[in-house]
Amino acid sequence: MAEPAPLICRDIHKTFDKHEVLKGISLETRKGDVVSLIGSSGSGKSTFLRCINLLETPTSGDIIVHGDPIRFTENRKGQRIPADNKQVEQIRARLSMVFQGFNLWSHMTILENIIEAPVHVLKVPKKEAIERAEAYLHKVGIYERKDYYPAQMSGGQQQRAAIARALAMEPEVMLFDEPTSALDPELVGEVLKVMQSLAEEGRTMIVVTHEMAFARDVSSQVLFLHQGVIEEQGTPQKVFDNPDSERMKQFLAPKF
Amino acid sequence: MFDLKGYGPELAAGALVTIELAFLSLALALTLGLLGASAKLSGNRFLAGFAATYTTLIRGVPDIVMMLLFYYGGQVGVNMLSDYLWEAYEIDFFFQFDPFISGVVTIGLIFGAYMTETFRGAFLAVESGQIEAARAYGFTRWHTFRRVMVPQMLRHALPGIGNNWQVLLKTTALVSIIGLTDMVRVAEEAAKAERMPFHFFIPVAAVYLALTAGSELFIKWLDKRAHAGVVQGS
Repeated sequence: MAEPAPLICRDIHKTFDKHEVLKGISLETRKGDVVSLIGSSGSGKSTFLRCINLLETPTSGDIIVHGDPIRFTENRKGQRIPADNKQVEQIRARLSMVFQGFNLWSHMTILENIIEAPVHVLKVPKKEAIERAEAYLHKVGIYERKDYYPAQMSGGQQQRAAIARALAMEPEVMLFDEPTSALDPELVGEVLKVMQSLAEEGRTMIVVTHEMAFARDVSSQVLFLHQGVIEEQGTPQKVFDNPDSERMKQFLAPKF
Repeated sequence: MFDLKGYGPELAAGALVTIELAFLSLALALTLGLLGASAKLSGNRFLAGFAATYTTLIRGVPDIVMMLLFYYGGQVGVNMLSDYLWEAYEIDFFFQFDPFISGVVTIGLIFGAYMTETFRGAFLAVESGQIEAARAYGFTRWHTFRRVMVPQMLRHALPGIGNNWQVLLKTTALVSIIGLTDMVRVAEEAAKAERMPFHFFIPVAAVYLALTAGSELFIKWLDKRAHAGVVQGS
């Protein structure tokens, strides 16, 4: 039997109050895919990413993680909510997220940040979790900072620590929400380099990004979102070099 | 000066009562504060309303009135409950509502209300990204609360807890009016009998001062520990 796809999203809609932010987004990934979500601010790309791990509950549409569809129900007000919080927690543990603002827990050291979820959510024995954390810290190149607190490190180092935290979950899919947008320009490269090495290892990643070079060179699939719909979708060559959509052409045009 | 006219042991025993009273009340106040703040922020209308009634009621009534009400009213309440239980179910339930218990309950309830506000403000000061990261990594609500929200909230709450504790410690002096033999009560009797107010009240004042000064140091130390990892100092 074929391995199920790491992540399938079908016809995701999301409405805030009366404003429809997502108007039917679908995405199918294969193992090892790197999907870049691009588009201008307000296009819905971050909201879509946050729907995948249910930080936002999609108003309609299906999310299937490794063959396991997320079950929904309705609350008393008729709003759609996840049916089973246990399932949501399990699914989130398989889709680890890297945030724009890092969101490392500021009262824990870097090592504590990385072992927290493996030990308490995945129930990995502490000793093993520490070994795993140290290996990932080596990988992202900040092993010597493991006993620092987040606030004692640069943004680039914090984001690399956050990537190590995501890796330590050994996730099905990694979700990156504008991982370099909060960084000083000279620190962007070190984070992108780590992400590129993860892509080369064959990790499945979904990346919301403004880094066009990364989207073009590293991804296997690019989605261009505009006002809550997918305007253009395909391989980077197709999307960047030969786009059908006028919007995509405008988006790529030099701004000054 | 330090000849306490034979009242020394009694004063020391009184000081011990004061300290026990203060710590037990603090434990109750912290528990109620955490529950109250959680209730206010729970989003559940019933719980939030209950907590709001509690803090409004308690903070609006003078401490001394509360204390008299609990001491005299508390015993009447226990008696009524006891009678009812015996008549209705033949359950033999009774306990003496002594001044110590009423003191702990009253002071705990009063400062629980202040702690509720302190904790509520501190919970709201926790950055939303910290909680979002916990959710995104599959933490349960309880785990998020225990491992992320409480430790981060404490940083913001410690100065307020410190203030409340100092006021609480001094409020324990009120229990002498409901007949508990704390340090203040012993000193009052001794001062009256010996007609030497300075001789007995100044040492009492000094003990309070030592306790508050000591706790200030302890809270500073706690604050420093809680701010581990925060580069810009408190």
